[in-house]
Amino acid sequence: MTTENTEIIEEHEEKIERKLVIPGEVIVTGDDYLPGDFTRKEGKEVVSNRFGLAEVSGRVVKIIPISGVFEPRRGNTVIGRVEDVTFNGWLIDIGGPYSSFLPLAECPRFINRNDIGEFATIGDVLSAKIWNVKKGGADLTLKSRGLGKLEGGRLIRINPHKVPRVIGKEGSMINLIKDATKTEITVGQNGYIWLKGDSEGEEKAENAINLIVEESTASGLTEKVEKFLGGNK
Amino acid sequence: MNLPNINKKRIISLLKDGKRLDGRKPFEYRDIEIETGISINAEGTSRVRIGKTEVIVGVKMSTQEPYTDHEDEGTMVTSMEFSQVAGERYESGPPQMDSIEIARVVDRGIRESRFIDWKKLCIKAGEKVWSIMIDIYCINDDGDVMDASAIGAVVALRLARFPKYDKENEAVLYGEFTDDPLPLTDHVPFTMTFHKIGESLLADPNRDEEDAADSRITLSVSSGKKEKMINAMQKGGIIGITIQEMEEIITQAEKVYDKVFEEVEKKTKNLIKSK
Amino acid sequence: MTSTFTKRPDKRKFDELRPIKAETGIIPNADGSALFAFGETVAIAAVYGPKPLHPAHMQDPERGIIRCNYNMLPFSVTERAKPGPNRRSKEISMVAGNALASVVDLARFPGTVIDVEILILQANASTRCAGINAAAMALAQAGVVMKEMVSSVSIGKMDDKIVTDVIKEEEDWEEGEGATDIAFSMTSRTKQITHLQLDGIIQTQRFMEAVEAARVACEKIHDYQIRALKGEKIDETKK
Repeated sequence: MTTENTEIIEEHEEKIERKLVIPGEVIVTGDDYLPGDFTRKEGKEVVSNRFGLAEVSGRVVKIIPISGVFEPRRGNTVIGRVEDVTFNGWLIDIGGPYSSFLPLAECPRFINRNDIGEFATIGDVLSAKIWNVKKGGADLTLKSRGLGKLEGGRLIRINPHKVPRVIGKEGSMINLIKDATKTEITVGQNGYIWLKGDSEGEEKAENAINLIVEESTASGLTEKVEKFLGGNK
Repeated sequence: MNLPNINKKRIISLLKDGKRLDGRKPFEYRDIEIETGISINAEGTSRVRIGKTEVIVGVKMSTQEPYTDHEDEGTMVTSMEFSQVAGERYESGPPQMDSIEIARVVDRGIRESRFIDWKKLCIKAGEKVWSIMIDIYCINDDGDVMDASAIGAVVALRLARFPKYDKENEAVLYGEFTDDPLPLTDHVPFTMTFHKIGESLLADPNRDEEDAADSRITLSVSSGKKEKMINAMQKGGIIGITIQEMEEIITQAEKVYDKVFEEVEKKTKNLIKSK
Repeated sequence: MTSTFTKRPDKRKFDELRPIKAETGIIPNADGSALFAFGETVAIAAVYGPKPLHPAHMQDPERGIIRCNYNMLPFSVTERAKPGPNRRSKEISMVAGNALASVVDLARFPGTVIDVEILILQANASTRCAGINAAAMALAQAGVVMKEMVSSVSIGKMDDKIVTDVIKEEEDWEEGEGATDIAFSMTSRTKQITHLQLDGIIQTQRFMEAVEAARVACEKIHDYQIRALKGEKIDETKK
């Protein structure tokens, strides 16, 4: 699940200059600049359409969101909670503007049509992949490696825009937490995170993740997390 | 996010070992913060935070005709609302059963402890008495809003002062205040709620724990004299509480009262002093 | 003829705002939240969403909707206000929602709802303006895609004087030409009026003076909103 986010993280580590902007704020002025994500051009001015970190790389100006609900994209791996069981699949809460649907046909193993709830019932937690985003919702599949119902452990929820920081450069941050707490961790790109280990490990991992969320813009974050995990073991 | 089944299972299995998701012990409360200064237009206000749960409370006073069976006693009305600010699950509309219940339980704890000297709220027997209106709003719900509401109501009452009253015209001068505090006794009520989850009991649940709970017992305890007195109780939820569990709740309530009430009392007194 | 209104009751200059409080991120559960105060008028706002809208028949298949709720707490005023919605609060909820919706990219999530909740904790006039300022900050903090910010202020005419950020005592001014209260909301970049309500009596020839006063005041308010969104906790009420 880390691949999609590494680019952002690497850039961040290289300290490309970013500044916090609010909607309607002029980020840069000049004929050469091109508006990227969440920006628009008005005359010579590139203007922000969203609260977030403005970044100018070359001629392109874009905003990296730091807040807001999860926006589903095809190929995202997410974790969700079953909200309802229908005659042909499951309605899943993955956060964000729409509920998503997992059709029975996207389940890799045989499930008796008359007893769909036997595989997953209301309140159960699944990791799944988004295979289609349409107007009004996202369709999920379990047909990929490592997907399916999650048993045991606990589910926590963070701001989805902090997920890249929790994962870290090539998974460095999440691996640090996994190793130090001996806890299995699956991070959904929607900000739902599944933790499974012993109770102390899970609690410590949860606290470490919350620390990253709170201090996501601080410098020396890795050192801070290392210190947190190293202390009072 | 509604409660995931795995979290419920985890909560239950941890409690069997006397543990909780956030590392607290079963009857340990989160940090409690108490403030005031919400509205200068109120006779008294408070803000109470228990962990991330936050309630604000205001006390307003007016006058009314007394009830015929209590001609020389003041009156009190307690209301509670989960503002839609408090969380995704709250939709607009009239107060729901959960908020009505909280208001009723908080009201009974204050009333039955004899915390308020009702006779001193009489202006003219049979004609005019003071009326106290307590409004409780939850603005962030992370569980145990019941206990936060009760603490907030008591603090707001203790910080309240009478508005000015025009005796000649028999009218309250709204917006003008005296320095006179409300006629309160030292029977300060303190409310604690114990939740039953599976076979275990806990106090001060966070949102997940409260959602996982099968039933609960709320107790309002005061200790004007030497003994601790129970003034109000409420059982919530469908699942029954065994006699052994009830005994455990009483034992734990005494301990929580000694520790948490003491702490709340210290903070409240500091607040009254700094006023 | 000399003016009966020579000095403001709280000694402010005619174009001066009350001491401002502004802060974001005050409600942990919310996607975005903020507090905004003009002196003794304190508003908080929380934003949830965009999220699925139920029941489905309320959905707009082309765009999302903003559902705004403005409420005064019973103890925000000197004489207790009955809790719950009334005709006044319903009207203000609607105009506040409209004031904000014009800058939001609602087409981005069709069929969804953004809940904007405004609570007035303490009131001394201009409550809707404080509420709209807090709500605009909460929307921005929630990461909602919006073209620009919205700022809101009340402009008064007391006798023949145009004043900024009206208080209760001024609303009740009766001498001379009496009191006029005009609530404006204006967008930060394109200076569009997205909300306007007037009560009172004002010469057509003088109305544009009020618009200009609103423009100047909204620019100042916008500056506080920016600072609070960038993490500053502003409290000018403390000396």
